[in-house]
Formats: sequence, C-alpha cells, structure tokens
Amino acid sequence: MISNKRLVLAHFWLAFALFGVAVLLGEWQMFIRSPLSGWLRNADMYYRSVTAHGTVMGYVFPTLVAMGFGYFISEASLGQPLIGRRWAWAGYYMIIVGSIAAVVPVALGLDSVLYTFYPPMIGNVFYYLGVVLVVVGSWVWVALMGVNLYVWKRAHPGAPVPLAMFANVAGAYLWAWTAVGAALELLFQIIPVALGYATTINAGLSRVLFSWTLHAIVYFWLMPAYIAFYTIVPRAIGGRLYSDSMARISFALFLVFAMPIGIHHLFADPEVGSGFKVVHSIFTAMVAVPTLLTVFTICASVEIAARLRGGKGAFGWVKALPWKNPQMLALALSFVMLGFGGAGGLINMSYQLDSTIHNTQWVTGHFHLIFGGAIVIMYFAIAYDLWPHLTGRIIQDARLVRTQLWLWFIGMIVLTFPWHYAGLLGMPRRMAFYDYTAPGMFAEGVSVVMSVIGGALLVLSALIFIAVLVRNHWATRVEPETFTFSRAVHEPVSLPWALNGLGLWVALMIALTITNYGYPIVQLMRMHEANVPPVFVGGKP
Amino acid sequence: MSGPLLRNRWFVGSVGGTFLLLVFSLFVGFVWLPSAQEDALFKGLWNSICSAAGAPRSWLSPTSAPVTPPTKVSEVVLTPTTLDEPASGGGVGRGATLALRCTMCHGLRGVSSSQTPNLAGQYASSIYKELRDFQSGARPSAVMTPLVVKLSDQDLRDLSAYYASLPRRQTPGAQDLQAAPDIVATGAPMRNIPPCGSCHGRLDSKLGVPWLDPQPRDYLKTQLEAFAHGTRRNDTSAQMRNIARNMTPEEIDASVDYYSGTR
Repeated sequence: MISNKRLVLAHFWLAFALFGVAVLLGEWQMFIRSPLSGWLRNADMYYRSVTAHGTVMGYVFPTLVAMGFGYFISEASLGQPLIGRRWAWAGYYMIIVGSIAAVVPVALGLDSVLYTFYPPMIGNVFYYLGVVLVVVGSWVWVALMGVNLYVWKRAHPGAPVPLAMFANVAGAYLWAWTAVGAALELLFQIIPVALGYATTINAGLSRVLFSWTLHAIVYFWLMPAYIAFYTIVPRAIGGRLYSDSMARISFALFLVFAMPIGIHHLFADPEVGSGFKVVHSIFTAMVAVPTLLTVFTICASVEIAARLRGGKGAFGWVKALPWKNPQMLALALSFVMLGFGGAGGLINMSYQLDSTIHNTQWVTGHFHLIFGGAIVIMYFAIAYDLWPHLTGRIIQDARLVRTQLWLWFIGMIVLTFPWHYAGLLGMPRRMAFYDYTAPGMFAEGVSVVMSVIGGALLVLSALIFIAVLVRNHWATRVEPETFTFSRAVHEPVSLPWALNGLGLWVALMIALTITNYGYPIVQLMRMHEANVPPVFVGGKP
Repeated sequence: MSGPLLRNRWFVGSVGGTFLLLVFSLFVGFVWLPSAQEDALFKGLWNSICSAAGAPRSWLSPTSAPVTPPTKVSEVVLTPTTLDEPASGGGVGRGATLALRCTMCHGLRGVSSSQTPNLAGQYASSIYKELRDFQSGARPSAVMTPLVVKLSDQDLRDLSAYYASLPRRQTPGAQDLQAAPDIVATGAPMRNIPPCGSCHGRLDSKLGVPWLDPQPRDYLKTQLEAFAHGTRRNDTSAQMRNIARNMTPEEIDASVDYYSGTR
C-alpha cells in the first residue's frame, strides 16, 4: 500500500511539466538554426534557450523522476511507510525554489553559460545558487533512501533487500558522490567569482571537477530506466526476472564504473595528461559490462514470458510476446535506441576516435539518443505503470499510449540519426546559426531539416504523453491491485553480504575516484599560474 | 559477512579485479603507449610517466630566441579588476582637470563635434587601454602620443574614470538589432567574422572593447581600414585585424553607417 501518493505524484508532475516546456525549447532551437529559419538577430536568445533546456533536462527533470520513483519504491518494496516524509517535502520545495532562482536570470539573459557552466564564463550568481539548491534538495532524498533501507535492514536482519530498493539506493549513492564534483566547482571556483570574492578562476580545474559529475550523472539518469527493466517489465508482461543476482551485480558495477571515467569528456583538454585520458578511456569501456549483462538478463526474462505464453522455436518466441503491452513496447524501443546510442558512444569514449567527432553535432546527437531516447522512454513507461496506483484510476487510452511510445521512438531516430551524420560532416555544436549557402554545407542543411521534423514528432509525442496522464485524473475509478515488482525465477532466500548491501561497491567507487582523479585535481590546484580572469556574461564589461 | 575479509571471495574478486584493471590501464596509459611514441624529448620510463601524468615541466628546450616583433605591441593586460585600485588622491575630479587638454578635439564634455571619438560614458577600461597604447607607441598617433607621453599611470586612470562618468548620448533606435545590418547582428561565420555586436554591445560586451554608437563615421571607417591594412596593431591577439581583413568594403560601410547613426 502506498501512503505517500501525493508526494510521488507531486514529483512526477513537476518533472513532466518542466519536461513539456523544455521539449518546446529544444524544438525551437533545432528549428531556429535550421535552413527553415532566418538567422537569429540576437544569438543570445539561442544560448538562453540552450541553458534553460539543459538545466531542466539535465538537472531538474531526471532528478525529480528518480526522487519520485525512489519514494515510491521505498514504500512499495520495503512495505513500510516512508520515514522522513516532511523532509521529503522540504527537499521538493527546495527544488522548486532552486529551479525558479536558476531559470529567471537565464530568461533575463544574465546567465547564458549553458548548463555545463563553461568557466571562465561567469553569469549572475542566482543561477548557480539555484542549481546548488536543486542538488541539495536531491541530497535530502539520498539521505532518506539510505535511512529507510537502514531501518528496514535493522528490522529484518539477514533478509534479502528487495532488488528495487537495492538498485534505488545504489542510484542515490551514485548521485550523492557524483554531484560532489560539480558542487566543489560551484562552491570553490564559480560562486566566489560570481559574488565578487575572487577575481580569478582556474578553468582547467573547474572543467576536471565538472567531468567528475558529467559522466556519472548520465548513469544516475539511467538508474530509474534500469530499475524498470529489471523490476517492472518482466512482471508487466507476465514473465519472471531471469536472474536476481545478475541484476544486483549490474547495479553494483554501475556504481563502481560510472565514476572514474569522466575525463573522456576532456580528451581535447590540454590541462589533463594523456595517461589519465587513456586510463579513463579503458574504464569507460568497462561500463559495457553491466550494460551487456542487463541486455542479456532482460532478453532472457522476456523469453521466459514468451515461452510461458506458448512461444516456440529459437526465435519464434519473439512473436508470442505481448507487443500491445506498453511496457513490452517501451522496453523494445528503448533497447534499440540503447544499442545505436551505445555503438555511437564507443566512438566518443575512444581517445583516438573521439578526435574525429569532438565538439561536433555527433555528440549532441549521441546524448539525445541515449538519454532522450533510451532512458526517457522508460520514464514514460514508469509513469504509465505507476499512474493507476497513484491516482486509483485506469489509463483508458491503451492505443494512444502505444502511439505515443512509437512517436517518441520514431521522432528520436529521425532527430538523432541525421544529427550524428551532421557531426560526421564536421558541423560544430553550440552555434546559433550556420551559413547553409556556403559551398559544401548543403548536406548539413538537409540533415538539420530532417532533425527538425524528428523534433516535431517528439513535441507531438510529449503532448500526447501529458494528455494521457492528465486525462487519467478524470478516468474511471478502480481499486488497483497491490503493486508488485517482478519476481525472479529463483527468488533470493539469503544473499551474500556483497549483494545485500552497497558498502563494498561504494568503497570501490570512492577508491577509484581517488586513483583516477586525485593526481589531476591536486596538480591543477597547485598550478596557480593557471588562474585566469573571469569573462562576465550578460553584464557590463 | 563471516570470516576474514581477505578470505571472502566477493571482496577478493571485486577489489582484486578492480586493482588489476587499474594496474593494466596505468601500464597502458603511462608506460606502453608513451614508449611507442617516436619523440626524442621523452626518453626513459620516468620521463614518460611524468609526461603522461601531465606534470608541468619545461621539456621543450628553446632552440632559438623568441622573435622580436618589428613594431611595438600592446603590453596592457586588462582584468575586471585592473581599474579597481583605490585612487591615491586621484579620481574623477582630478581627471576632469587633466581633461582640459583634451577638450579641443573631444569636446567640452566628451562629446565631439569633429571627427574624433566621443568619450562621454565610454568604458573606463577601454579608454585606459588606448591611452596606454598611445603612450607606449603601440598605437602610434602624431596627435595623441605627444599629449599623453608624459602622463603618469594615475593620470591615465583618472582621465578614464572622468570620461566614463560623463553621460553617454545614444542614437535613438540604435537598440534595435532587427534593423542592424547582418555584419553587426550575425557576422559572417564562414569567414570567421563574429557579429560586431557580440563584443561592442547590444549582444554582449567584452572587457576593454569600446561601445561604438554613436561615433563619427570617418573615425570608425578610418580605424576599420587601418585594422584591415595592418597599420593599426594594438588589438589583442590581432582580433580586429583578422576581422577587418575579411570584411568586404560593403560590410565596412554598412557597419560604419550603423554605428555612426547615418543609416
């Protein structure tokens, strides 16, 4: 029984409302820099929009989804009322205040620094304080997830921690540690300059600290999607999870390998030694292990469902799958996007191959396909699965739901495939306009127009998604069955300590952060000649 | 957990495996790949480790002395705090007295009626940089250099503060970027020309960069052409020379007309 429905719904609704606005900004950006539109007379409007789009989509939206889902998992899997509900609301209001504090100066043109901050550019301090408040609000959630699990473990000594909660807390701890990098950058580099207490900034150190956050944050975004793969989809399609242990190992490996790899974002940065770039490149490759474990385990789980439904043959069972079930559909579409996005990611993570696509539109195409595609489509699936349990009303529009998922998938492919291609042609990212009349730019113009069309499909899909959720609040009342997570083929009776707690994996995560980031950070901290004056944005010189 | 940690297969497996991976990747990144490079400057194991770690060192021994530029270059380093130092007995009032010698060309209150630049309300950092360059010869001028050559640094700071304090007179409607020529609002990306407005105001302002509206047409055109021909060289990192050289005569006229208000 879920007793904190209002809390969970509040998180999801704020997340999806902001998401709806940010999707519109994204499509406007795609349109305004395509050949379909004339050049912007004030390029800053573009950078304001990019900053707002990135801040909402990167910081606020996935954090709220992870938090809302986390509060739900805590009650539904542990079977105990959420401890610290007032704290949870306090964290929620912090995120609201932080989002407003961040977005208002961005809209006024005082903080066109993009969500990755890009020091030595410095904007109005309220943007940075707003982001800090969002992060602090989410740390309340991290603490509550830890406390709830701790209390449950004390009450159930030796009992296996439910998989959903194990993964949920892994995600929370990953976020807590990965956010430290950006927090250090903001507190010790950017905010003192923005407030006028410091007059120089070490841009190289700031970038290294941000890379600490920048890659692992992706795995924090990914956690709710993976939790849905393992604990919602097999149950929803009438199957069983193939291996509970494999799931736990995957989440543990994400915790370990998500962190010490962020320098692959800095392959072109001169302030980091090539040796560390190679080390981070190798560790990035290790992320393929939990990803492929997941693909294997989930495919096996799906096969179990198909065979239970009478599927036969080596591949014939695929036909027996419940393709009309939104969870099945979302999973399949997510895997296709994960496959293409992951394949493209192999280029980005390779120290050598990265130089062919570094800072081109390829990179933006890549992270939209992975995050906007593979992950966000699972956020939709989570919402569809949870909504009847939160509102006590059924989702009537099953066809509309399937249409929405298909539209999101098609839109994302049409958006990102040409986007990758434009990057291969050398089209740089972060530009407000391009001269498509120049010789050789025609092909880039065609691909950008295709992306505009893909973006329009995504806007349509997002509208349908929100409409389905809104309509649900007026739908027929039902008494939903008790919410359950997937059951494994072999349900754990007793687990080895390493798979029933996160201590070992958190320790490894911190140890690898020290080995892989320690020297570059200390070396840059000691390099005072690298401090440069800030470049103030949006103000008088 | 039962038994000692080092006998536990989960502990040994995870920590040992991670450690081996770390050692392997350190070997690849710090020893193997650097040793495969044919670089005469990186000989020896310790050298390759230090360079792969990014330890700063002066490993490139100079083979010849730096080339001395044939003309004087600007030595002014501007930061947001360059002009922050408290005036020692100086300030706007002292600057106003010193400015008496400037009134003949730059007007009684910094607004010129001839073809010399308007200074009223100009950014102090921009005035200060140009005065220093006139003084050092980085921006040679038969008129300005003799007038400033004997002034102290404090004099230049006070003059800059005085002119920055005067009210700026703007052309009505100059805020409108929609009406601005393309070169001002968008530049020409394929010729590496950023929009004028991205440094000189409207879109954004940069430290040490003056606003241009309104300035006299002849002055603006002369300066742009001087940058294009390379006869004016005191722009930081040759930014304006590279821009002006790539501008067409039509673009020069359009930008000059826009900023002088003679549209």
